[in-house]
Amino acid sequence: MRLRAFIGLFVSACFLVAAAAQSTPPPKEVKIDNFTFGPAEVIVPVGATVTWTNRDDIPHTVVSSDKVFKSKVMDTEEKYSFTFASTGTYTYFCSIHPKMTGKVIVR
Amino acid sequence: MSNHEHDDGIDRRGFLTCMAWAGTGAFFIMDGGVLKSYSLSTPKLPDASAGTLHFVQISDSHMGFNKAANPDVVGTLQAAVERINALPSVPEFMLHTGDISHLSKPEEFDAVDQILQSARPKGVFFVPGEHDVLEDEGKLYLERYGKSAKGAGWYSFDTKGVHFIGLVNVLNLKAGGLGTLGAEQLAWLQDDISHLKHSTPIVVFAHIPLWSVYPEWGWGTDDAAQALGLLKKFGSVTVLNGHIHQTMQKVEGNVTFHTAASTAFPQPQPGAADSPGPMKVPADRLRSVLGITDVTYRRGTHALGIIDSPLA
Repeated sequence: MRLRAFIGLFVSACFLVAAAAQSTPPPKEVKIDNFTFGPAEVIVPVGATVTWTNRDDIPHTVVSSDKVFKSKVMDTEEKYSFTFASTGTYTYFCSIHPKMTGKVIVR
Repeated sequence: MSNHEHDDGIDRRGFLTCMAWAGTGAFFIMDGGVLKSYSLSTPKLPDASAGTLHFVQISDSHMGFNKAANPDVVGTLQAAVERINALPSVPEFMLHTGDISHLSKPEEFDAVDQILQSARPKGVFFVPGEHDVLEDEGKLYLERYGKSAKGAGWYSFDTKGVHFIGLVNVLNLKAGGLGTLGAEQLAWLQDDISHLKHSTPIVVFAHIPLWSVYPEWGWGTDDAAQALGLLKKFGSVTVLNGHIHQTMQKVEGNVTFHTAASTAFPQPQPGAADSPGPMKVPADRLRSVLGITDVTYRRGTHALGIIDSPLA
């Protein structure tokens, strides 16, 4: 009886963990080094948060080509995060140095 | 009302004007890492005699920058002013070709304005760099520096027979692209120069180079060819830019392109590093790779003498 209760608890705990994992997928990091987004392309599930960190001595921005998201100017070591709520391919660039481009694919 | 005798072709006088310009060679000397260029027609700094126009270009002061490549951009801008004040003749004005500030902050603009007040030449003509229009599409820049300018801050003025044109190529940049002038500014330019004689010397100044220095690093302007096409009827065109934090010169027909050094920090030569980020040099060498640009025009010669001087 006690064992059954324990198994029941264990199973529901597993469901909870799975549910939690589904609602908040692991975050994804993109680093800015040497005027380059790395990795330049990331693939994430719906609901994932991508965080960009500027590691250059020069400020950069992250601006989506379709104006879905737009960071403030990030100085050295500053970060910007955006949570992707729907599927799609999001191309983005640095509005200060537009040669810098990247892509987030949300599946 | 038009002063043009010939709208398309080049008349004899215009041709001679162009030849005079084309015959104006330039030679270069590497000095402490800074390329010094001298127009052969003005081998020495001329005095401020009548009919001579003398002005100074400074660029990329990046006020607010405090990283290893130069923790003291205040000190180096002050050194640039001292250098200007030590010239044998007082320049009539200064051009600042952008990146006045590092992060478009009011206190950064304030600091530059205050330091430039101690310069002997009193007028300063600005164009914005991308660092001056970071957050608000240039609203603060325009409020401070562009009250009488058109559009995003472009304008022109005439002095001593020379027509100066300040252009803005740092706004509305497109993903994957270079600097941009845009249709509105190009239309204004066409109108602005329509009344000028072809023999009028033209000085164009803008932040990002109007020639393709190194597109891989964004060192060029997508629609520069359209602007230069409008200017090709003129016998003497001098294009002064900043942005690349090093001196460089190219002569193409009747157009001389020149970029000025920064007063803040150097950047690598095209392709010589992983990125165009600030280049660290030994502290005792820093001022040898920063500088000012001294420009002289003598009436009748149709040639502008351009001299780059390092800060030390």
